[in-house]
Amino acid sequence: MKYMLLMYSNEAEMPKLTPDELKDLQQDWYTYMKEAEAAGVLVDNNGLSHVATATTVRVRNGKTLTTDGPFAETHEQLAGFSIFNCKDLDEAIGWAARVPTAKYGSIEIRTLYLQK
Amino acid sequence: MTGATQIETTFREEHGRILAALISQLGDFALAEDALQDALVNALERWEVDGVPRNPGAWLMAVAKRRAIDRLRRAALQERRAVILDPLDTQDEPEMDDTIPDDRLKLMFTCCHPALALEAQVALTLHTLGGLSTQEVARAFLVPVPTMAQRLARARSKIREAGIPYRVPPAELLPERLDALLAVIYLIFNEGYVASSGDTLTRRELCAEAIRLGRVLVALLPELQSAEARGLLALMLLHDSRREARLDATGEIVLLDQQDRTCWDQAKIREGTAVLDEALALNDPGPYQVQAAISALHAEALTPEATDWRQIAALYDTLAKMAPSVVVEVNRAVATAMAFGAPAGLQMLLRLEGQADGYYPYHAACADLLRRTDQREPAAHAYQRALDLCGNVAERAYLQRRLDEMLNLEGYKKQ
Repeated sequence: MKYMLLMYSNEAEMPKLTPDELKDLQQDWYTYMKEAEAAGVLVDNNGLSHVATATTVRVRNGKTLTTDGPFAETHEQLAGFSIFNCKDLDEAIGWAARVPTAKYGSIEIRTLYLQK
Repeated sequence: MTGATQIETTFREEHGRILAALISQLGDFALAEDALQDALVNALERWEVDGVPRNPGAWLMAVAKRRAIDRLRRAALQERRAVILDPLDTQDEPEMDDTIPDDRLKLMFTCCHPALALEAQVALTLHTLGGLSTQEVARAFLVPVPTMAQRLARARSKIREAGIPYRVPPAELLPERLDALLAVIYLIFNEGYVASSGDTLTRRELCAEAIRLGRVLVALLPELQSAEARGLLALMLLHDSRREARLDATGEIVLLDQQDRTCWDQAKIREGTAVLDEALALNDPGPYQVQAAISALHAEALTPEATDWRQIAALYDTLAKMAPSVVVEVNRAVATAMAFGAPAGLQMLLRLEGQADGYYPYHAACADLLRRTDQREPAAHAYQRALDLCGNVAERAYLQRRLDEMLNLEGYKKQ
């Protein structure tokens, strides 16, 4: 089953990390992705640029409304995603628990609607 | 037993086992539930006329499998495509199988998966393993039937859509998942035991169902991993032994030291104690076993005065380390006061100040110990605080009596 792991974290908290912590985090990401690749579960993954660069679009009465910023003001922002091919939710939970930023933020697990 | 009640008893007893085996064979939770439902309706019609068959479980299983095939065929026709129905499709009339494999453990772990909301876990467990109808589960939890139906449907669809596995969790997940499972069973028991609402019959049924689930769990778990499950079963049996003495004629709660101990169910106490001994022999201690041991010490005391408070206080010390909470701390302080005198207990309670402000037993315990150490004014104050927070009639009557006592004595002293 294909699962999308949506990684949320509080961007305001991130600059508080020391350079060493930041370096560790990058190393952890690298190791994590290598492991996911080696396990043959990784379908796709990427990080998102800072939420300050977000643009939100709505179409109302045929008119396109474009606004600056994310769709909702929440204290955690979507920061990245991975798509994993797992045999069940427990396996997906296992991968989610090992996401390096799970210690700071939260990981939402959703299955893909079309499992092709 | 009349035909109708025999049918109902059979349904209840067989439901979890058949459903669990069906899900294993069909690999589809919802299809298995629907097929079993069809079979039950079918059985109701047939058995009323022909009588209950020799092996009702095997009968239900065979019919449910056939209904599942029917449903799959119909679905395939609707989609205008052929469906591959391997092992099941090879025989038109499935054989009556006398030995239905017991997959209830898998079903329990699926129903109590942490990805489901706790209320859904409870409802699903009662519905699938206990064979309670949607109406019965709704009544037990005082929610409207459509709400409960929706809760169950949502849980079922999450199991399928999110890919919640149908299996006994592997070793690395087992301790954590077993804790969740035990918590659900204990919650069902407590809903029946301390429920502030709902009719007596439903409450009794919930306790009985929780105990039955506890027995099934103990029977199916590998022995080495069953210590806490046995501890929980012992705890429930020991609590349940006091059921008759716990409520007075008007349905109000009678406090432990005022209960008529001759009404305690000795058979349940014996069984509870025996199960606890089995648990302790496994040398894998945990909070349920400690609580059961405390309950057993109360059960063994022929009079309140004969209670071994020193042991109980020591067990609460252990429990406070294993599962710290304000509730445990208050009980621990009360037991310490009983074992070593009021000042020792009071000291422990005062350390909790600020953490337990909204918890009336804390104020009631403080008040009692302040009274026993002759601090009347603070005692009166604490009784008042407890009264403000307490909704239980029997407890309120006790607290009010003590409060009056404190105020009168104080008035007397001032004169």
